[in-house]
Amino acid sequence: MENKDNKSILEKMGESQVWKSIIRSGVPKTRRQRMHAILGSVFLHLHPARLPKHAVKVGYTWCMGGLSFFLFVNLTITGILLMFYYRPTVEYAFTDIIDLAEQVPLGIMRELHRWAAHAMVLIVWLHMVRVFMTGSYKPPREFNWGVGVLLMTLTLLLSFTGYLLPWDQLAIWAVTVGSNMARATPFLGHEGPGAALLAIGDINLIHVGSDVRFGLLGGRFVGEATLLRFYVLHCIAIPFIAMIFMAVHFWRIRKDGGISGPL
Amino acid sequence: MSETTSSDAPRAAVGSTNKEDKSSIERRSFFSWLALGWLGFAAATGGFFTVIIRFLFPNVLFEPPQTFKIGYPDEFSPNSVDIRFKKEFNAWIVRDDESIFALSTVCTHLGCTPNWLATDSKFKCPCHGSGFRMTGVNFEGPAPRPLERFKIGIADDGQILVDKTKSYKWEKGEWENKDSFLTV
Repeated sequence: MENKDNKSILEKMGESQVWKSIIRSGVPKTRRQRMHAILGSVFLHLHPARLPKHAVKVGYTWCMGGLSFFLFVNLTITGILLMFYYRPTVEYAFTDIIDLAEQVPLGIMRELHRWAAHAMVLIVWLHMVRVFMTGSYKPPREFNWGVGVLLMTLTLLLSFTGYLLPWDQLAIWAVTVGSNMARATPFLGHEGPGAALLAIGDINLIHVGSDVRFGLLGGRFVGEATLLRFYVLHCIAIPFIAMIFMAVHFWRIRKDGGISGPL
Repeated sequence: MSETTSSDAPRAAVGSTNKEDKSSIERRSFFSWLALGWLGFAAATGGFFTVIIRFLFPNVLFEPPQTFKIGYPDEFSPNSVDIRFKKEFNAWIVRDDESIFALSTVCTHLGCTPNWLATDSKFKCPCHGSGFRMTGVNFEGPAPRPLERFKIGIADDGQILVDKTKSYKWEKGEWENKDSFLTV
């Protein structure tokens, strides 16, 4: 055998142009090179290049932030799969949900999505409890606490909009009751304080056909337009906003001095 | 991945020789746990993708059945093309002097759906102008071969049964096959 053929397949692969174009740094050997390898990857660079020892102590962090993100990824994947079978129309929505349990292969994808959604609401709250109890909201992390509060609100909105999609009696009346709260929005809800002040002469600008609830439902009551509207909010709009805030959230953890630890 | 191995393993080993640290694990058991961990991860990932791929292949189809009954032979008048089954089943039922056969409505050029023009007594494709005789044989336009015929037979109750899972091509001499037409 010739000398140049003594290289292993892995070594040859590591020297190929294809490999080098994808992985720009070689095998990292020093701490500096390792950090460089992390920073050079779009996926890894959100994560800290180096972890302090206390960061992996589950007793302190409860891993609640990581679990929240894990559940979000889980819900994204199962949600995309559900979209292949679910149609957000009055005619099909309810029967498609039945079909998802009874005849769609494996029959558990919707159950996975539903239980992961319940778990995510719980875990996000526990994450906030942990951050509060350890005082991790204090400077310099107060901005990230604010981002976290927005993310929690988005989680609840995802849960609320997803609630309507099965289109059964529970869903319709729960969203009817929930969206009735929007009637009482100050100035913007037609039953809210100050709404009567928004008028030009005798003409009320805020009434049942023009207030914030009407905008949310796409009509005067929960109907076909609401189902489509909540579907788009649930599958596209809110996850999109949440992903932007999550990127900021993870990035700020590092910029604020890494994950908080015991004093 | 390999980073974890190369950076953590030696440190654990060094730690156990330099000072008596009972909390650090042995190099050998570290690698066993690492292997076990990766095996578990690989199994979970494999199962995950198996589930996803299986999920994409539905158990129930919302499509017309491939095999369907179209009525009794005497309901089809001689030298006629029946277009009742075109929309749902994509088949024309043609009866000529001596036989009944089921023609596919898929044009052999690029897969459009031709129309039966009774006045011209031909199938004419709106996409590129291919023309087919009542028998399904092409005579004008770009279509390279005749329309295909489906398997046809008589069911137990005497009705005509069309089976679209089996088709017969003229250019292969398959129209001679007894399943490709009904003698009347």
